[in-house]
Amino acid sequence: MSAPTATSRIPHRLKLNLQAIVGRAYPRVVGANREPSWIFFEAILPLLGIAAYVFIYKALGDRALLGVTDPVEIARIRAGTNSLIATVVLGGTMVAFWLNVLWSMASQLYWEKEIGNLQLYMMAPMSRMALLGGMAIGGMFMTSVRAITTLVVGIVVFSVVLQVSNPLLLIGVFFVTLIALYGMGMMLASLYLLWGREAFNLSALLEEPIFFSSGFYFPVGGFAKFGTIGGAMLAFATAIPATLGLDAMRQIIVPGGPVLPIPVPWGQGAFLTADVEFGILIVLAVVFLFLARQTLAYLEKLARREGRLTSRHQ
Amino acid sequence: MDFAIETRDLVRVFKPSRKILKRKKNPNGEAGPSEGPVTALDGVTTQIREGELFGLLGPNGAGKTTLIKILCTLLLPTSGQAWVAGHDISKDPFPIRERINMVSGGETSGYGLLTTRENIWMFSQFYGVPSKVAKARIDELFKTFGLWDKRDAKVRTLSSGQRQKMNMVRGFVTDPEILFLDEPTLGLDVNASRVIREYVKDWVRKQTGKTVLLTTHYMMEADEMCDRIAIIDHGHILACDTPENLRRGIRKDTTFRLEVDSLKSTSMFTGMRGVKNFSVKNDISNNTTSLTFILEDESPVSDILSSIMAQGSKIHYLQKSEPTLEDVFIRMVGRNLE
Repeated sequence: MSAPTATSRIPHRLKLNLQAIVGRAYPRVVGANREPSWIFFEAILPLLGIAAYVFIYKALGDRALLGVTDPVEIARIRAGTNSLIATVVLGGTMVAFWLNVLWSMASQLYWEKEIGNLQLYMMAPMSRMALLGGMAIGGMFMTSVRAITTLVVGIVVFSVVLQVSNPLLLIGVFFVTLIALYGMGMMLASLYLLWGREAFNLSALLEEPIFFSSGFYFPVGGFAKFGTIGGAMLAFATAIPATLGLDAMRQIIVPGGPVLPIPVPWGQGAFLTADVEFGILIVLAVVFLFLARQTLAYLEKLARREGRLTSRHQ
Repeated sequence: MDFAIETRDLVRVFKPSRKILKRKKNPNGEAGPSEGPVTALDGVTTQIREGELFGLLGPNGAGKTTLIKILCTLLLPTSGQAWVAGHDISKDPFPIRERINMVSGGETSGYGLLTTRENIWMFSQFYGVPSKVAKARIDELFKTFGLWDKRDAKVRTLSSGQRQKMNMVRGFVTDPEILFLDEPTLGLDVNASRVIREYVKDWVRKQTGKTVLLTTHYMMEADEMCDRIAIIDHGHILACDTPENLRRGIRKDTTFRLEVDSLKSTSMFTGMRGVKNFSVKNDISNNTTSLTFILEDESPVSDILSSIMAQGSKIHYLQKSEPTLEDVFIRMVGRNLE
């Protein structure tokens, strides 16, 4: 293998890192096809969690319809019920990404160390961000298949009506949310490797509160009704990319306008619009990617200095 | 570039982690003797020429793997300097990583879900090998290492021997300038070991600019393969020369091998006049002890035999032999490699 000259170094490194991303994404992409049992466990079973919320919202909607004879009022209540169910189906779809980030992406480097791959990765000339990027892209692909399945089945089974008001913004929000989420996962991956098993306990500890505060199964803006505590929860929740991404997507995709969007404290009745949330998500994506890069560089420095991070049983 | 690898006064000290110290503190509140810093390398200076097949011989814990990890840019030295392919391992790791690869015995690299071919291809991508080139090389190497039948088998279905052959393919697929082989034939059968040894020798000798640093437990392997050998123990390089020169160095000594009934003690041989060094190997199943003595001349033989018979032990055989690499090792290190 001949070494590149100084002038060709940047394109050479870019090519190398792109190849590394594809190489590392590959096992996850083929993994999705090699074991079809995932369709049942990861795409069909999550529908049960969604179904529980859908039935509650449907029951509430049906109760609200009792005694109502005005066709306009009936249509309004039905639209409201549909909005809530659409909120749940969309949230259930995005749950897949969050769980993938928290339990798979974040723990990836730790498992790579345990199975003996990490020192081979650290010895290779690719950028460490390319390694994590490959893991993230592979994870996104695999999870997207699951999420799309959940979304389509959810729409069909629960007869959800969706209406995309701004397709470009929807695509933008979706991808920036994923980049921010997986950027967060990349940062967590380094921290998990550093902290080992303690990090898994932390993850288990955080899972439910984050799950709750991100509003996967209800409109998160509802927190505002609980005064200071609700406001604090909202502030915490907006640091998690899934919260803002979900809220923005719901605003774009759910017909009849937003259901309890995230309010802003400085304006009476004002709320974070999808555009603003898109902007915040871009900032979050950059911040998380930057932090991921920094923690990974620190981790590698520590690994070389201490010699305890890249080898198994150390 | 004169040297593919050069080290100067390399020192590597491992400090115990705070967690270990906390867990292992003895009742008096002091760290026990085994929890102190461990000096894995203690001033290693060596030069390996481009195109050389260089062997590193040493018992477990001698510092071989630590040295390889430093040279592969996985570890930083505590002090001292090292250059690989002309680049400083501490300051300039990227160009080194492009030019090297490493294979360890018994490693379990890759993903069980992938086929062997896919697995190697994946690793080749981390080195920027064009996909087409990588696939062609993989096919060729699979044929050479007898893995062709297993090309579409999933990694998790491979035996440990097949897995090690796959690891060797991973090492060669990037066509490195410098290859580090850490006990590459560990646990392999005779045929598989022979195939690997032959390939490594040809790879270095039939091409220009290829260098191999090999660590091994097998004296015969080191003797057969290596242009030069360094004997390392407790982080020091005790000797470094061609196998022939190392043997010649102790040719003026006399080597005796004995097999006797199991001995209760061998301490009387330590410091015995004329005994330069000796090694002991007990065979519990046959109730025998094998002894190898490196002697200044033949005069201590009668004292040795008397000491053995004084323990009531019978002598099964006594043989004077030409020095082997193992004898060189015993003389330097004071024990067998196992």
